[in-house]
Amino acid sequence: MSRLIPHPGLSALLVMVWMVMVNDLTFGTLFLGLVAGLAVPLFTAAWWPGRPHVRFLPGIAYCGLVIGDIILANFQVAAIILFKPTHDLRPAWLTIPLDLATPEAITVFAGTISLTPGTVSADVSACGRYLLVHALHAPDPAGEVAKVKARYETRLTRIFV
Amino acid sequence: MSGMATFGEWLASGLIVLGAGFALIGSWGLVRLPSLMERLHGPTKASTLGLGALLAGSIIWFQLVKGEWTTHEVLVSLFLFVTAPISANMIAKAHLHRLRQGAVPGPAGTPAAPSESSDWATYEAPHAGTPGCFVEEERDGFAARRDSM
Repeated sequence: MSRLIPHPGLSALLVMVWMVMVNDLTFGTLFLGLVAGLAVPLFTAAWWPGRPHVRFLPGIAYCGLVIGDIILANFQVAAIILFKPTHDLRPAWLTIPLDLATPEAITVFAGTISLTPGTVSADVSACGRYLLVHALHAPDPAGEVAKVKARYETRLTRIFV
Repeated sequence: MSGMATFGEWLASGLIVLGAGFALIGSWGLVRLPSLMERLHGPTKASTLGLGALLAGSIIWFQLVKGEWTTHEVLVSLFLFVTAPISANMIAKAHLHRLRQGAVPGPAGTPAAPSESSDWATYEAPHAGTPGCFVEEERDGFAARRDSM
């Protein structure tokens, strides 16, 4: 199982992306997608050393949570751009200490922060234990860091085991 | 069926107006926010909810008015969600370098180093044992180059 399908998540994603790309729900498309989904991870497995184990159900729940947050944060940032005068704006650099250890988990965390309007992840520290984030409006930087860590990072520690 | 088509047209129109509105607000943010790092926040909005609403409108219009099932829009938003944070990250990294070279910082100031033993990865090569640092020789090469500078 693990030698034939080294990366089940990537296989499933490739099949789905293939079906969506061809835009056709027939057996032939599914078969071609399955061939690509099985062959690509098999031939690229050598370039995925030390991959973390991913739990998929919490991962899907996490995607739903992030999409909800993106919609909410869009309205908040739109209100800031339209109605907040520049001298009331409190932009800040946030240094987030990381509990996540794998590069995949840190990348997903940084991507989540960038996709949620109002925060952009700018850099990671050379020791890999801190994330540099720019916030558009953070009157309380410490509280903002605690909020991001509690909302996203604790969930990610349960997804990337 | 024509009632359904009218409903679809209304729903798609609403979503397109919402998406275009967010793209407009994002562009206005580019104009009025004080410095580069703040301006980065505008386009992230245009490419998430702005584009998301436009694409949802497109799916609904094809589904309810034309009666065709299209999924290409899902793929467009998937690729945008993967690439948008990377471009924002690259712009932010370039900006960090410019700050060290004496560019005028925005209202947030310049970021402090995270700890005494380590700086940000834009300024300093990854330390030994950092997550994701697989290539030993390359890291040593970078470290040597940094020391000679």
